[in-house]
Amino acid sequence: MNLKIYLGMLRKAEQTLAESFRQVAAGHAAEPDVHFLCHTLATQCEEHSRLLLPVVQRYGEDPSDNEPERIHAEGLSATRQGPVGLLRDLQDLYLLASLVDVTWAMVKQAGSALRDRELLDVVSRCDGETAVQLRWLQTRMKQAAPQALVVAR
Amino acid sequence: MVDRIAEIWGTRTPYPKDGLWPVRVDQALDATVTEGDVDRWVQSACVLCSNGCACDIAVKDGAMVGIRGRAGDLVNHGRLGPKGLFASWQGMSGKDRLTRPLIRENGRLIECDWDTAMDRITQRSRQLLEERGPLSHGFYTSGQLFLEEYYALAVLGKGGIGTPHMDGNTRLCTATAAAALKESFGADGQPGTYADIDSCDAIFLYGHNMAETQTVLWSRVLDRIAGPDRPRLVCVDPRDTEVAKYADVHLAVRPGTNLALMNALVREVLANGWADREYVRAHTLGLDELRAAVEPWTAEAAAAVCDVDAAGIREAARIFGTSSRVLSTVLQGFYQSAQATAASCQVNNLHLLRGLLGRPGCGILQMNGQPTAQNNRECGADGDLPGFRNWENPNHIAELAALWDVDPLTIPHWAPPTHAMQIFRYAEQGSIEFLWISATNPAVSMPELPRIRNILAKPGLFLVVQDLYLTETAQLADVVLPAAGWGEKTGTFTNANRTVHLSDKAVEPPGEARSDLDIFLDYARRMGFTTLRGEPLLPWAGPEEAFEAWKECSRGRPCDYTGITYDRLRGGSGIPWPCNTANPEGRERLYEDGIFPTDPDYCESYGHDLLTGATAGPEAFRAQAPGGRAILKAADYRPPHEEPDGRYPFRYTTGRTAYHFHTRTKTGRSRVLTSAAPTAWVEISPDDAGRLGIREGDLVKVTSRRGRIEVPARVSDIRNGTVFAPFHYGYWDQDGAPAEHPTAANELTITEWDPVSKQPVFKNAAVSVEKISDATGPAPAPTTTASRPAAAAGPRSIRPTAGGKDAEATERVGGSPPRFPDAVRRGPQGGTP
Repeated sequence: MNLKIYLGMLRKAEQTLAESFRQVAAGHAAEPDVHFLCHTLATQCEEHSRLLLPVVQRYGEDPSDNEPERIHAEGLSATRQGPVGLLRDLQDLYLLASLVDVTWAMVKQAGSALRDRELLDVVSRCDGETAVQLRWLQTRMKQAAPQALVVAR
Repeated sequence: MVDRIAEIWGTRTPYPKDGLWPVRVDQALDATVTEGDVDRWVQSACVLCSNGCACDIAVKDGAMVGIRGRAGDLVNHGRLGPKGLFASWQGMSGKDRLTRPLIRENGRLIECDWDTAMDRITQRSRQLLEERGPLSHGFYTSGQLFLEEYYALAVLGKGGIGTPHMDGNTRLCTATAAAALKESFGADGQPGTYADIDSCDAIFLYGHNMAETQTVLWSRVLDRIAGPDRPRLVCVDPRDTEVAKYADVHLAVRPGTNLALMNALVREVLANGWADREYVRAHTLGLDELRAAVEPWTAEAAAAVCDVDAAGIREAARIFGTSSRVLSTVLQGFYQSAQATAASCQVNNLHLLRGLLGRPGCGILQMNGQPTAQNNRECGADGDLPGFRNWENPNHIAELAALWDVDPLTIPHWAPPTHAMQIFRYAEQGSIEFLWISATNPAVSMPELPRIRNILAKPGLFLVVQDLYLTETAQLADVVLPAAGWGEKTGTFTNANRTVHLSDKAVEPPGEARSDLDIFLDYARRMGFTTLRGEPLLPWAGPEEAFEAWKECSRGRPCDYTGITYDRLRGGSGIPWPCNTANPEGRERLYEDGIFPTDPDYCESYGHDLLTGATAGPEAFRAQAPGGRAILKAADYRPPHEEPDGRYPFRYTTGRTAYHFHTRTKTGRSRVLTSAAPTAWVEISPDDAGRLGIREGDLVKVTSRRGRIEVPARVSDIRNGTVFAPFHYGYWDQDGAPAEHPTAANELTITEWDPVSKQPVFKNAAVSVEKISDATGPAPAPTTTASRPAAAAGPRSIRPTAGGKDAEATERVGGSPPRFPDAVRRGPQGGTP
């Protein structure tokens, strides 16, 4: 069943997002809200991966499907600096979180078709939190953008 | 005569449930003056805490020489606290008042005339607006100015310059009160009234040391306690406060763990079937989410996290769940701690679950710290829009634009108004290059002072400071403007239970000092801010015209002032808003009908996720179809971000003493108050002190990752593992900067804030404590308050705090107590109390 491809993608995407949240937390420690919340959200992502484990054990996971990766979402290798750097790092997190978000949506579709209550329970515990992660990133970016793009030196 | 330093709350006047709080008129006069010498009494209200006690200022030969409470006022029934009795007028007459503007020349501040100072400001302001635009400007104001001044500042900042970077130190004291009210009820607005103390069966004080922060309000509680049918009391506070002494249940939680406790209280109320199902169904949204969020929080689970007794949690919940009328009050122990908004929303939730709102004795008081903080929230000189308007609602922006006759695009509404900590961050990064600070002292009051001092001293930052005295902050300014203060100018302000008072000008300000309103209007005039039609944007000649303009701005909003005039405020009692055609005498309680301002077209906020602060946005909010129902918001508990470890093993918390306000700008200039609490100290429990070999009065060093203080230790009944320092003690009276032994509590505090209210976390940090040297005497901490020596220490030679002859005040008990709405309806009676 091809669901295992998506389960693999989802676990990988959550892990990548967790690592990237931690990267941004470390790189932007001078922005305390970003610093502390990114740690909190990284923990959330790790918890999502953990909750997925029993489902993965049933279906298996295949992170290296045969489809070639057309765009690469390998996470942040390093953080940038300054106000525009913060904005761009948050924007990268937004892209990674979007990937997680849409992957949850597809896994939920498959779980519904399979009438797999356990999987659907996991989705309902996690996809709401991913949606809030996206909203927080957007809230924080919208706050930072005018200053970063208009007056920051 | 009563020594009101020794007797902070004065003489008891007990009264029964549903009785009227007796009148007791407190009065203090300069020792050289008798009542017969007073030329005239001028109506005002006290600005030394958020209680807003109505008073009359005694004037003799053009000087303020004393004060007395106004018997007919709904707020205080004649009483005043020690700060009001002494510092209100003495604090204005320090010999070091600023009397002329100062400008920085070759690194030194020198006196100049107003034209020179204002030219320097407008020159820099114009240049920056031209070169960098409005986002280069920031304004950081206060909870001390008058309504008219905040409104003027809001209009010039949001409609003239168009900068989102406006906030007040209200962010430090009251932002969470506003945030929690917005999240739960859709808009700011205090649901309850102080009169709920008269009728309640139980009072819950959440992180609210009312005995020291609002001494007159606590007198009202003490008088119920002394009466025949005292209310039960529950206190949540890590210290053994006066409130704790009278509590039936004292939950001395670990700092930073409030939400775990609150989730457990809510869970107990739900699990025991104490909720009013009909009320919840008809008037709230979100019960399922709330139930799910609190489910893991059994009393035992919370007890383990908070380090309190599970039985105590159950007993507190039982008192809440089974008393017919409960009053809750909340203050900085919740607001300045981790997960502030989430914990404060749970207080609202408890009342919503039981339908305990809008009836006598059933109230919520999400308190304020400062006397005029409420007006800053209403007028929008802080992180709000004027009239509780919603920055995400384009129609609200259009209303403001039409009212001010400016382009809607001028009014920043693309993101929430910038909060204080972020304004300072932008200044640190150099994108805010013009910062105007009025009536506040961030060099002592903000967290992590070493960092704040560096920001304020940055060469690229043009700093304007407007104040009564040359504060620690003013010493770093490029331009210092001498302000006229309380008693030297006319204006209105509103206390924590929505009561609006007028404060009339009693005396002339010293030298060339000018009112903050005059200064803002002068700046606007010089800058040439105009409307689309080309008229002056702020055309007002004085405070009454500004007030009339504000009334129009408030029309139809929750804080509707349209029925109030200066004339109506003279003579009688203060008037609680809303005051309009529907509520001609004002309104004592909100939400009697269970209808809340959550209509999406009307609400002040679409709400946030309480864990992250993510905005919900208009679509999601509308989709809930709130339709006037309140929202039961919840979040799971997360441990505070800085917890004790091997290197910093103690939890550190900060706060007030009864004898001082803020950074002592006024109280430090009253001799009796200063003698009661002259210098800084730190409180530590007997067990911890014993383990570290610390004895009463020993000089100790308290260190965090950010800085250190070196102050004498008071061995007190604070909980084990936690130390407390009062935040009043900066350096203006000792050369302006920290010397060998720094004393300001905020040297140690962390730069962090609540994700929703953006209120800084002053009440949780990790510190180490070590003894430096032996005591030369007991610590300089009052013995009359939470800082009293530990009971276990037994009798020892620490002299009880007293004020002596200079602290004597008269108390006249008797007369018929004011009641709502008669006290408001009674109308002008002249200047007598």
